[in-house]
Amino acid sequence: MGLLSDPYRRRALSRLILRLNTPLCLLSYVAGLGWFLALALPPVAPRTYMSENAMGSTMVEEQFAYGERALSYAREFAGHKKKAGGMPVAWLEKTMWNLGLEVYKQPFARTLPFPDETRERYMVKGTNVYGILRAPRAASTESLVLSVPCSEGQHNHQAVGLMLALASYFRGQIYWAKDIIFLVNEHDLLGMEAWLEAYHDVNITEMQSSGTLGRAGAIQAAVSLELSSDVVTSFDVAVEGLNGQLPNLDLVNLFHAFCQKNGLLCTIQGKLQRSDWDTLPAYAHSLQTLLLMVLKQGSGRPQGDHGLFLRYHIEAITLRGINSFRQYKYDMSTVGKTLEGMFRKLNNLLERLHQSYFFYLLPSLSRFVSISVYMPAFGFLILILILKALDLWMKLSKCDAGPAERLWDGDQGAAHAAVEEPRPGLLTLVPPLLICHATGLTLYFLPVLGQHVATQHFPVSEAEAVVLTVIAIYVAGLALPHNTHRVLTGSGSDRGWMTLKLLSLLYLAMQLGCIALVNFSLGFLLAVTMVPVAAAVQPTGPRYLYAALLVLVTPAVTLLLGIFLYQELIEYPVSVLECWQLFLQAVAGGLLDHYLYGSVVFPFVAIFLYPCWLLLWNVLFWK
Amino acid sequence: MAAAVPAARWARAAAALLLGCCGAALASGVQDQAEQFFKSGHTNNWAVLVCTSRFWFNYRHVANTLSVYRSVKRLGIPDSHIVLMLADDMACNPRNPKPATVFSHKNMELNVYGDDVEVDYRSYEVTVENFLRVLTGRIPPSTPRSKRLLSDDRSNILIYMTGHGGNGFLKFQDSEEITNVELADAFEQMWQKRRYNELLFIIDTCQGASMYERFYSPNIMALASSQVGEDSLSHQPDLGIGVHLMDRYTFYVLEFLEEIHPASQTNMNDLFQVCPKSLCVSTPGHRTDLFQRDPQNVLITDFFGSVRKVEITAETISLDPNLSAFESKPPKDELAAEPLKYAEQLPVAQIIHQCGDIAVLDSVFLWNSMEETSAHDMKKCKTILIDHFLNIYSYKFFKEIKLCVLYKIGEAGI
Repeated sequence: MGLLSDPYRRRALSRLILRLNTPLCLLSYVAGLGWFLALALPPVAPRTYMSENAMGSTMVEEQFAYGERALSYAREFAGHKKKAGGMPVAWLEKTMWNLGLEVYKQPFARTLPFPDETRERYMVKGTNVYGILRAPRAASTESLVLSVPCSEGQHNHQAVGLMLALASYFRGQIYWAKDIIFLVNEHDLLGMEAWLEAYHDVNITEMQSSGTLGRAGAIQAAVSLELSSDVVTSFDVAVEGLNGQLPNLDLVNLFHAFCQKNGLLCTIQGKLQRSDWDTLPAYAHSLQTLLLMVLKQGSGRPQGDHGLFLRYHIEAITLRGINSFRQYKYDMSTVGKTLEGMFRKLNNLLERLHQSYFFYLLPSLSRFVSISVYMPAFGFLILILILKALDLWMKLSKCDAGPAERLWDGDQGAAHAAVEEPRPGLLTLVPPLLICHATGLTLYFLPVLGQHVATQHFPVSEAEAVVLTVIAIYVAGLALPHNTHRVLTGSGSDRGWMTLKLLSLLYLAMQLGCIALVNFSLGFLLAVTMVPVAAAVQPTGPRYLYAALLVLVTPAVTLLLGIFLYQELIEYPVSVLECWQLFLQAVAGGLLDHYLYGSVVFPFVAIFLYPCWLLLWNVLFWK
Repeated sequence: MAAAVPAARWARAAAALLLGCCGAALASGVQDQAEQFFKSGHTNNWAVLVCTSRFWFNYRHVANTLSVYRSVKRLGIPDSHIVLMLADDMACNPRNPKPATVFSHKNMELNVYGDDVEVDYRSYEVTVENFLRVLTGRIPPSTPRSKRLLSDDRSNILIYMTGHGGNGFLKFQDSEEITNVELADAFEQMWQKRRYNELLFIIDTCQGASMYERFYSPNIMALASSQVGEDSLSHQPDLGIGVHLMDRYTFYVLEFLEEIHPASQTNMNDLFQVCPKSLCVSTPGHRTDLFQRDPQNVLITDFFGSVRKVEITAETISLDPNLSAFESKPPKDELAAEPLKYAEQLPVAQIIHQCGDIAVLDSVFLWNSMEETSAHDMKKCKTILIDHFLNIYSYKFFKEIKLCVLYKIGEAGI
């Protein structure tokens, strides 16, 4: 405290911050970026380990040997699906019933806010079928879920087959302490959302469903299975859920442990981990994996059907069987054994998975970066905003003190000029704030509300209308009358823009800080782009350069660049036009995620981040 | 109690008379054998077996306890003399692929659950409070007989504990723990209340040696599976059941006990060596400084079995009625050197322990008769008296006794 209450020391400190502001900011940015890039290094990312005592090791004897039965179920399912022209509800019910499960079906319906063109659906009607295997010697107070999406076309038959074969095998075992729910959900995430809402007896989206009749207690963990070939070469695990939520790391560890036990190849983000760790290519490889995870998590989209479970505090992962050109293939029995082992270990759980990390990044399946290690990278970036805000604050308070009481002789011309000007009230800041937030609200509400008006006046479909309206409003925000203060005070004063910039910097710091706590990746991606430009922007100097930079870091362009980077990382490069197409799809997808599942990315950007960015735009064109 | 004392005295007097009558002609060899015969000073055996861990993944702790239960029962301690405390029911756990069994060996070789297991305290009844109450006998009058430790000063007690522990404590049920000081104080209370003759304490837990290092009451022998700072390790991983079946130390103790039969002459020194570091990984420890006898002369069956000594002899043996080999009294001159002083509180146990068989307790109703009876009888009376005092009389009365004690010690000339 002495440092701040002693006027001389305080002066020295403030002088240090003012004089060394730009170098400190630069240093902080480099430190933040460097810290992030170092996360993929082996000493920073320790090996994963199982924390949950109840699951312990992989000590279990898997006896599942019914791979052939799984395939015959799969063929039968495919035949009935073709005949029914959709999900063969009756056949599934009958088959599950014959296996000795308690079978229920749940019809649901949902009309989308606007047509989804990528998946070609608008008014969706479907049925979920699920069978409960009651634990023979336990009260039905806890359960596990094995879910399989029944997708369009020829996909996922083998997953249904394997699920039925596993159900038949599990039925014969007596060691179950938790009920097991075998769920076939139609229309992937929509069906899953309908089922989860009905199971937990809530209605948070506008889903219409009949509710579920059969319940099996609190769900402790869930595995979603996607499998489209008779043999697999590897398994890919998807962890990122809605809003960047992650399952407990122990569930990922469990899968990895059983993969290793059965000699199964397993990947994350489609990347196989390298055996060496200390070489440069290995580092680049794990950095790629890490970046892919950051991009996927930052998008806030569920990366599989498991993603919606996480909202209900149910740990869940999606497993995808991959059949590539590798020589060694694994049959259904090995896959079934892996799942059997996982379920037996999950069966041993006594409480929800909570011992291990909920916030982590994975540079490979066997290494993890915990929240305590990656947060400083973000902290350094936010420090820039704080430093810049302090700088502005001190300049402003120096002006207040007047020339006679000045403690130091600043060399900033702006500060000198500001002294002579009349003090503008805070009133001048209200119009830009209001306008920016009104634009944000328009961006949030208008596209979906005004889609029918748009389709009447323009030759576009509803989905296109929504996306184009979003882009139109977004761009129109730049051209709004941002010079209202001139009407009030005559001409833009230096104090005016400095106060506005101070406000927007603190506003930005608060927003990024909040979102990084929920979704680190999103916060970091936005911070790494927006923060340096936000700190630099001012109405003096090379204004057009600042304007170009500011446009370059707007969230929409960040999304575009993110898509481009993602395509590069998955080694599927796209041209600019394709990238634009993907961008349009991503905007529509982001809106749908929000309206269908409750993703917060779109409202966060529209209502908070975009207005904040507009405030910075205001600062730039203050004079 | 008052009615029981004269009856016991009559019985003893009659026995002494009988022995005295036929003790005229004796070969000295047979005499020695007979003295050996009475070497162990206990008349009954008790066992308190405690598993303090819940949950399926602690299967091994239940198996540990049940394997000791199996051994003591096989060697003759009946269920009425065993207080078995199991914090969880593994045999009926839904995760158990083999219901109604608890195995101690891989491949289902040995089922320690057996056909007849009488669990006295189960699941949430296994608490520190209940455990201490069982030991000290301070239990509500409504407690059924099977849940009590009804031992006396001629009882040898085996106390076996297993669970998760640390330096100086043993965890009970995830919610509480017992410290080594609490345990030592409980044993002292047992000693003061004459609830045991000799006590064997075995603990299989991490840092087990820390649990016995605070003991200060006499006649206690203690064993632990590991030293302070060491972990005790599990053994017998079984893929079928999916857990570790036993802990290393108890596993080898069980292997050892399986070889014991009621007539075995195996002694405690063999038990100390049952699990060398090469097998246990941890270093088992033991403590014998409080114990009065040489461990070499202590049979395993003194604690693990309820062996009635029967020797059929054709010889006539005369027994010295004052035979007191088992009285375990320290040399008298050591006592004499100690100056008399006022103690802070009534150190009943200390006085009894130091004064050996000198009758030091004055009493309103039994003193005179005590002076005339044999030393052995006096000791019995003394015990009864102390029990009586501890249970009934107020602190004020205690003060008076203290004075009497000092007076009597002075009178006896020591």
